[in-house]
Amino acid sequence: MTRDRTPLLLAAILAAVVAGGLALPQWALFILTVACAQGLVVLGLMLLLRAGLVSFGQALYYCIGAYTAGGLARAFKIGDIFVQMFAGSALAALVALVLGFLLARYRGIFFGLLSLALSMILYGLIVKSEALGSTDGFNLLPSTLFGVRPSAAWVRYAVAVAAACVALGAAFLIHRFLNTPLGRLGPAIKDNEIRVEYMGASVRYAIHVNYVIAAALAGAGGALAASTVGHIDPEMAYWTTSGEFVFIAILAGTGSVIAPFLGALIFGAIHTIAYDVSPNTWQLSMGAALLLAIVFLPEGLWSLFVRRKAA
Amino acid sequence: MAAILDAQGLNKCFGAVTAAQGVTAAIERDSVVGLIGTNGAGKTTFINMITGYLKPDSGSIRYEGRDITALAPRQIARLGICRSFQIPQLYSSLSVYENMLMALGIMLHNAGRGGFFSSGRPGVPGHDAPAEEAADRILGRFGLSGYRDRNAQVLPGGVRKLLDIALTMAAKPRVLLLDEPTSGVSAEEKFGIMELIIQAVKAEGATVIFVEHDMEVVSRFAQRVLAFYDGRIIADAPPETVLRDAEVRRYVVGTVGRSTRA
Repeated sequence: MTRDRTPLLLAAILAAVVAGGLALPQWALFILTVACAQGLVVLGLMLLLRAGLVSFGQALYYCIGAYTAGGLARAFKIGDIFVQMFAGSALAALVALVLGFLLARYRGIFFGLLSLALSMILYGLIVKSEALGSTDGFNLLPSTLFGVRPSAAWVRYAVAVAAACVALGAAFLIHRFLNTPLGRLGPAIKDNEIRVEYMGASVRYAIHVNYVIAAALAGAGGALAASTVGHIDPEMAYWTTSGEFVFIAILAGTGSVIAPFLGALIFGAIHTIAYDVSPNTWQLSMGAALLLAIVFLPEGLWSLFVRRKAA
Repeated sequence: MAAILDAQGLNKCFGAVTAAQGVTAAIERDSVVGLIGTNGAGKTTFINMITGYLKPDSGSIRYEGRDITALAPRQIARLGICRSFQIPQLYSSLSVYENMLMALGIMLHNAGRGGFFSSGRPGVPGHDAPAEEAADRILGRFGLSGYRDRNAQVLPGGVRKLLDIALTMAAKPRVLLLDEPTSGVSAEEKFGIMELIIQAVKAEGATVIFVEHDMEVVSRFAQRVLAFYDGRIIADAPPETVLRDAEVRRYVVGTVGRSTRA
């Protein structure tokens, strides 16, 4: 039996971020932090993808997380990034717990479109709400960490390290979950629900649990993104945001809990470079990148790191 | 012997088609019961009603005295009534070994073992070994070790069938329902598969109900035969009696005398 190297790898990545982050320019730290935020959402999406479900609505929970962070900052002057992430995650999980009773009944395109519709309802509600800043959204206070506000020179580094801690910690927990009997059920559900049910497990329960975990991760990601960018708007619930997450998930592959973060980082890098080189046609570059990934790496970027198994 | 499973007056209609009418049968503990009948006679409907896939329009099913008529398939499976399928139901993207791990994993999950906070490798209930060891042991017993790392999608028909049955047996059922365990299997393999199943069952102590079209298999392995025709049980007796029954010969076996060999 091969030894499980994922925890070690996660620790090594964290050490690399802590040490290497000191040498990175501010903009790179920003990309890294946003990649952590998006990677959290995609990590949840990966759980659903393993069970054969494509959610085009993770932006719902991303946005809930972001507006929870914004709400805490605005109403209670709470700028602590950890509190914001925890609250965003908890509220997203709570909403998913309720909506999951409906969504866990659906599969395939019905699941995808229903999740999309729910996120668009939130988008519509926020756009109509003056109190939530309507289409303009609103700005957040600068982030604090455990009540301390780092100086302007250090804030990007401190937030990036905090983000990496949360992201890699979440990856570790999900890795552990995927090694429990319930976590392992995903591919079985994707392959053959009938067999799963006749072995005595509840497919609906398993999907519901995965759905709530995915929402909790997306909520944390949303809060982190809100705090990092310092601004939130209803676009965060828009279907194109969900599409971006699906994009990253396909780019990354479902081979490892590290893949979503790698995917998000590469997505951020391509996005930044493409936008820098050609601001008007960056979408074209992104589309080309995805096409290349699908054609040459159908199992996602992570397949580059997996030794080919004998057929 | 006491009845472990007791079906009383089961009726089931699909529109104008009557798949079960007044099906009544008490299955004794540790017996091996064969279900015979032409296609559409109601054999699979009977199995589907016992395992909860179909709910009877009327009638009741009791398992060890408990009414299970309204339970869902997974609840019935947890009670120890497990089935295999006429068309093997496998996890086609996974290897044979992973298929088995999945079956054992569900047992761990249902027993509340191997959860998020537990450490080490918990033993699978009934197997007294961690899932990895138990999986290899079961694959060995069913002669599937040679296919361990093959993808379930690319297995030969007989092996698929065997894996389907092995997955079902891994759950340590008290009542095992096999829907045409030897269909799609070559004539040479048929008896081997049935022999394997019956041996494993004898070792574990379980009741077997199997649907079968091959009367030689039925007469060799079944202690009792229920003959179905048009949604009803037209004969219920040991195989040598049932296969000589005039009605059974006309409606089920055909008039060819060959099949009456006991």
